[in-house]
Amino acid sequence: MAATETKPAPAVFQEHFAAREEALSARGGPQLHEIRRRGLARFVELGFPTFKDEDWRQTPLAPVLDVAWTPAEPPAAMPSPAALRPFLFGDEVTARLVFVNGCFSPSLSFRGEVPDNVFIGSLAEALSTQPDWVREHLAQQLGFENQPFAALNTAFIADGAAVYVPRGVTLPQPVHLLFLSSGDAGPSVAYPRSLVVVEESAGLSLVEHYASLSDRPTLTNAASEVVCGENSRVDHYKVQSEGKGARHVGAMQARQARGANYTHHSISLGAAWARHDLSTLLAGEGVEALLHGLFVLTGEQLCDHHTRIEHAAPHCRSFELYKGVLDQRARGVFNGRIYVHREAQKTDSKQSNGNLLLSDDAVVFTKPQLEIFADDVKCTHGATIGRLDEDAFFYMRSRGIGREESRTLLIYAFASEVIDRIRIEPLRRQLLRALVEHLPNGRIIKEVA
Amino acid sequence: MDMLEIKNLHAKVEDNVILRGINLSVKPGEVHAIMGPNGSGKSTLAHILAGRDGYEVTAGEVRYKGLDLLEMAPEERAREGVFLAFQYPVEIPGVNSSYFLKAGLNEIRKHRGLPELDAIDFLALVKERMKLVDMDASLLNRPVNEGFSGGEKKRNEIFQMAVLEPTLCVLDETDSGLDIDALKIVARGVNALRSPERAFVLVTHYQRLLNYIVPDFVHVLSKGRIVRSGGKELALELEEKGYAWVEELAGAGQPVGA
Ligand SMILES: Nc1ncnc2c1ncn2[C@@H]1O[C@H](COP(=O)(O)OP(=O)(O)OP(=O)(O)O)[C@@H](O)[C@H]1O
Ligand SMILES: [Mg+2]
Repeated sequence: MAATETKPAPAVFQEHFAAREEALSARGGPQLHEIRRRGLARFVELGFPTFKDEDWRQTPLAPVLDVAWTPAEPPAAMPSPAALRPFLFGDEVTARLVFVNGCFSPSLSFRGEVPDNVFIGSLAEALSTQPDWVREHLAQQLGFENQPFAALNTAFIADGAAVYVPRGVTLPQPVHLLFLSSGDAGPSVAYPRSLVVVEESAGLSLVEHYASLSDRPTLTNAASEVVCGENSRVDHYKVQSEGKGARHVGAMQARQARGANYTHHSISLGAAWARHDLSTLLAGEGVEALLHGLFVLTGEQLCDHHTRIEHAAPHCRSFELYKGVLDQRARGVFNGRIYVHREAQKTDSKQSNGNLLLSDDAVVFTKPQLEIFADDVKCTHGATIGRLDEDAFFYMRSRGIGREESRTLLIYAFASEVIDRIRIEPLRRQLLRALVEHLPNGRIIKEVA
Repeated sequence: MDMLEIKNLHAKVEDNVILRGINLSVKPGEVHAIMGPNGSGKSTLAHILAGRDGYEVTAGEVRYKGLDLLEMAPEERAREGVFLAFQYPVEIPGVNSSYFLKAGLNEIRKHRGLPELDAIDFLALVKERMKLVDMDASLLNRPVNEGFSGGEKKRNEIFQMAVLEPTLCVLDETDSGLDIDALKIVARGVNALRSPERAFVLVTHYQRLLNYIVPDFVHVLSKGRIVRSGGKELALELEEKGYAWVEELAGAGQPVGA
């Protein structure tokens, strides 16, 4: 059958690479190209994960493997600025970088006034000038020894976002990265690659938004590296609201130097299939890492949050709150790994994962994975898988609120706890509204957001 | 005509028979107190009136304003004017108190053929009704009952009642856990809501509440039956003789004075 012939074996991606190698090698220096080649080689060695891989046991790859992907090209016609409107959360941004099918679109992007030495632009542009911070950090944070998709993304490093905030500078407004997929030339795969470097005592609020221009099949294999200098503060938001035909696999690796405060949110509402690997290295003392996540799934959707917090220094605090709402035949995964090195005494780490099942056919797998090698630490974790609170449900109905509205309100209340932690007010409101629209019968509570 | 008529109500939870033939008639304007030992079935009766799941009515019927109450969904009962002040008000994290109450009120108003209240009119109403129970307005901006003290939760129940303006108010131990000042405030709220169109069923353990809210009738519930009914003096008698006396009455079989 045709489907089996067209299944993407690693060889298919080797062909993609061969066809594009000349163009790729022209971006950045030979050193970077060597890294690409290592990425490809590692991907070929590893192959696509199977259910035998511990990290992929609950996350069937069929939605990715059953499609014959071709490398994404810039779309025949760029979307109009009006087509972007649904993805914007207000005008108060320092800059907005828009990428379509993985390629930077200067005409849809804009950059406001920024202090000297701040860089906000495409990775392609950064690669052409090769500033020190690119040479020092690109492909140096995100490992790909055991992550085939990160290896594959690395092989195709060409474009994405590049943000550099020098020492002592705090950008007053968020930077908005918008990655759009069109899928208009058949099923295609894009490899956006982003590098964010925030130097000592600098501050950045960053929104990384993945969305679609259609419901056609697309595969986004994204990777981001975030370098947080000493005493820096980075608020990082990842919003995934891709279309029904989308598959999304994204890796994020942060590195926090002494005293750095890093917050990550992953709000994943879209795509047929989404896998997020989120990892931060607490490399210096006095670091704080706060990771939050939410998925709200229905139909046959799948979402997987795999987090890894590596405590490598003493006196650090990490906090995780991940939630999931699953309806119909949706499938959810949370795997929270916390690795505490022997030196990381006085680690204070808390992880919680809560899941709300709205249907008998939905499933969720949740697993804390604590590996602790220090003896003086406080690490707690808890996970719940539950249904709607019957007492609350009855209480609401006893006040005259209808059955469906009560149910929807309770789901909203459960999920909004994560969105409410977002510190960009217009984004928070936009996502609350998106949540309402996304919920079954959400319209009946539209006033709540 | 009776507003509420409970006839020979039998109910069980799983295999436990809890109500064994309750008969009770309530007319508009009346206040009925239901007293009785722990586990006698008072909350069960209150929950069945409000429409909570999990109880199986094995015999009997309940009519409310001529409607078959047991056939109605909880929200339909609320919209028809039934209100239960919970013995244990529920905390609902993430649901704003004000949204919750406005949503309920507007459903009830729609049902009564009244226009929905907008935010401004709602706020005005709420401010006025809060005074009735000395409730702090800041509680309205918090999630429903979350982190409220025991007393605040109980007052909040009466406050909600004052906003929703039900016709049948069932209060399940609203006096428990209140200090004497809070008890007076709650009683004042209830008394302010007394009217010829509105009836109350007060579940309580203590005669104390009945000093402030003077009932027209007192019923003693034991082991799922009303074993004695009388006027307000029955509460005093009960206080004096204790529930052991009730057990004797229950043993005697037939209800007296019902
Ligand atoms: N869901 C349930 N499952 C099993 N038994 C129940 C359930 N609900 C009530 N019961 C039992 O029914 C009996 C009556 O309970 P109910 O709560 O109605 O008593 P009550 O008169 O309100 O008592 P209290 O004065 O302590 O509030 C008790 O024995 C109780 O354990
Ligand atoms: Mg009770």
